[in-house]
Amino acid sequence: MAGFGKAMACREHVRIRLGTRFMSSSSSSWWQSVEPAPKDPILGVTEAFLADPSPDKVNVGVGAYRDDNGKPVVLQSVREAERRIAGNLNMEYLPMGGSMKMVEETLKLAYGEQSEFIKDKRIAAVQSLSGTGACRLFADFQKRFRPDSQIYIPDPTWANHHNIWRDAQVPQRTYHYYHPESKGLDFSALMDDIKNAPNGSFFLLHACAHNPTGVDPSEEQWREISHQFKVKGHFAFFDMAYQGFASGDPDRDAKSIRIFLQDGHHIGISQSYAKNMGLYGQRVGCLSVLCEDEKQAVTVKSQLQQLARPMYSNPPVHGALVVSTILGDPELKKLWLKEVKVMADRIIGMRTMLRENLEKLGSPLSWKHITDQIGMFCYSGMTPEQVDRLTKEFHIYMTRNGRISMAGINTSNVGYLANAINEVTKSS
Amino acid sequence: MNPEMASPSSSSDRRITVLARHLAGVEMDSKNDSISAFPTSGSDNNSVFSHVVRGPEDPILGVTVAYNKDPSPVKLNLGVGAYRTEEGKPLVLNVVRKAELLLVNDRSRVKEYLPITGLAEFNKLSAKLMFGANCPAIQENRVTTVQCLSGTGSLRVGAEFLAKHYLQRTIYIPQPTWGNHPKIFTLAGLSVKTYRYYDPATRGLNFQGLVEDLSSASSGAIVLLHACAHNPTGVDPTFQQWEQIRKLMRSKGLMPFFDSAYQGFASGNLDADAQPVRMFVADGGELLLAQSYAKNMGLYGERIGALSIVCKTADVAARVESQLKLVIRPMYSNPPIHGASIVAAILKNRDLYNEWTIELKAMADRIISMRQKLFEALRARGTPGDWSHIVKQIGMFTFTGTKL
Repeated sequence: MAGFGKAMACREHVRIRLGTRFMSSSSSSWWQSVEPAPKDPILGVTEAFLADPSPDKVNVGVGAYRDDNGKPVVLQSVREAERRIAGNLNMEYLPMGGSMKMVEETLKLAYGEQSEFIKDKRIAAVQSLSGTGACRLFADFQKRFRPDSQIYIPDPTWANHHNIWRDAQVPQRTYHYYHPESKGLDFSALMDDIKNAPNGSFFLLHACAHNPTGVDPSEEQWREISHQFKVKGHFAFFDMAYQGFASGDPDRDAKSIRIFLQDGHHIGISQSYAKNMGLYGQRVGCLSVLCEDEKQAVTVKSQLQQLARPMYSNPPVHGALVVSTILGDPELKKLWLKEVKVMADRIIGMRTMLRENLEKLGSPLSWKHITDQIGMFCYSGMTPEQVDRLTKEFHIYMTRNGRISMAGINTSNVGYLANAINEVTKSS
Repeated sequence: MNPEMASPSSSSDRRITVLARHLAGVEMDSKNDSISAFPTSGSDNNSVFSHVVRGPEDPILGVTVAYNKDPSPVKLNLGVGAYRTEEGKPLVLNVVRKAELLLVNDRSRVKEYLPITGLAEFNKLSAKLMFGANCPAIQENRVTTVQCLSGTGSLRVGAEFLAKHYLQRTIYIPQPTWGNHPKIFTLAGLSVKTYRYYDPATRGLNFQGLVEDLSSASSGAIVLLHACAHNPTGVDPTFQQWEQIRKLMRSKGLMPFFDSAYQGFASGNLDADAQPVRMFVADGGELLLAQSYAKNMGLYGERIGALSIVCKTADVAARVESQLKLVIRPMYSNPPIHGASIVAAILKNRDLYNEWTIELKAMADRIISMRQKLFEALRARGTPGDWSHIVKQIGMFTFTGTKL
């Protein structure tokens, strides 16, 4: 947000400076007053990591899965799908709403294989540019059709959520979520915020594996949240970037969504295949909005397409083909589900190992939250200064909010990491 | 899995209350006034989006929708701008198939996120393709290039950057132009005006009108220029006319924003089609360029393109690039990898590149010969009127001059 503020100031500055001098002289640039933008806090970490020559360096910054050798993974199911696709099909434009086959399969994952909403065609859904693109499309849609609304975003959240709704020009507020003292959920404050928000407010919820804290409401807590949403008439928009990746079981990870659906909410969902299918760079996802009936779903979908057209016309075909090839073939789908569970299990195993290592080192602090939290990230509770020490002294790279990407941990570096964390925290 | 947080009331009391509520179900809820449906309620019967009306079909893509629905055996689709073979089939270039198989067989390749600005190799090669390998602006690091989602995405990112950082928020677009142009610029926050372009009387360029309109544009305004093969008219300025346009624009400080969707596809020669853009770069001034590989590499659905901004200095270019990232990140974080990998594989390999230029020329030649054949067929039937514009116009489209 500092960047945006600076950009605003910059534009005004330029207007004043160049007010009357609008002829571009041969020597000065129109962009002379453009300020350098701050580095993206998350992606900037990887840049710094890559530039570091130290052999001991560890990257627990960005949320991309790594195997136990610290290598990125292309799933077997994905390789096989690509083998079938490569060089065969044409590369014609997809419709603005993307690959219908991919979208159908994707809705089944979120809403349930036998979902009545799918059968009744009540869901307006379009292929999106991964989770970011889905959130942005929804934010633009919200701005256009509920221009007086604002969005409640959990504190903390993935930093880009703020950017997305800001650029869509939807005012935002935060609601209590993380409880620093217990490194868990601040449930009573969260419920208070839900109650105190004006009726009919829009809320962003992380369906599972909250990013960056790894702290999720329990099933009972989700039921209470859902009930309170009914009381207040709030709108729930779920960002689900980790289905299958959190517990290893996609249906279990979608529990929060299923509870809201059972309770009759008309929700919105952003889904991403970046992590659970390892398709990061392919930018494949889906935005869906549950509507009153089929007619309204058609209507809403047409408007979502109107927003996509002036942004990128139609979404990229390759990743969508990979997804629909896998999910459309029972054998490949089975293989995929197995591979997702392997990834989730490895993460869970690393949580256990990190905690055990820290406890063995005799750390004076409690590290129970490492195994209580879920998904790719652990909110360690370390301060920015402690994180800076980790980077400077131990070449360990993470975001300064103390978020550890568990995927960056493996059996070779977990001991080193535990030692380093212990060193910088033992006197706190 | 997750511990219940301790709260003042006992957690078991709370659990019982929650259970009771659920067991009591709808009957209990309906007795409670506070849960009656709000206008903005997100539950039960009323959607928060009930008031949304259906959006119109896209005028261009809607044609294909209608074509697909039509059962007639003699139907023709002359709507969407996607290349077709002699047999009326879509075409995947051989060189693209080759590149894809290379990629899929390379087990060292991964699918990680690209940087926000996209595949670096692709960006460099794209800039060289348009500006020329020996372009001083590139050698002086004055050009920033970022991978975007084809032409549309490049235009949108460039327009959002302009709306944030440029002192003028007016963009002039030619009349007519691609239907999506005004929407892109409007949603990006620019205000759209037009300049005269097509002359229905001659079915050619209204050069005088163009000059008049650009001369009276507010200084510093942005001007959208089709680099070649104007869409939808197929009418391009001559090189002399381009030179006059360039002089005029530079004298008024008008900011050129080139849309290049057909490089190589228009004349069959990549360098020839790049001339207008290169003219503007050669004078040392600044400009924006949106490139698309949808048509000339047949990569339509892969959404691969690039936005380049040519700046006065390397320092400015670096700062501009950092601000472009702030536009992209909240839109889609980083661009899709597949199309970029294909383009880079082709552009950097001499054999593949040469193969590509040959296939590209073949596509352009087929279009040119179809123009010729259509023209001759109309003449042979004695169709009244002058149809020479069909062969004078260039690129994928012809403005027939027929009325609805």
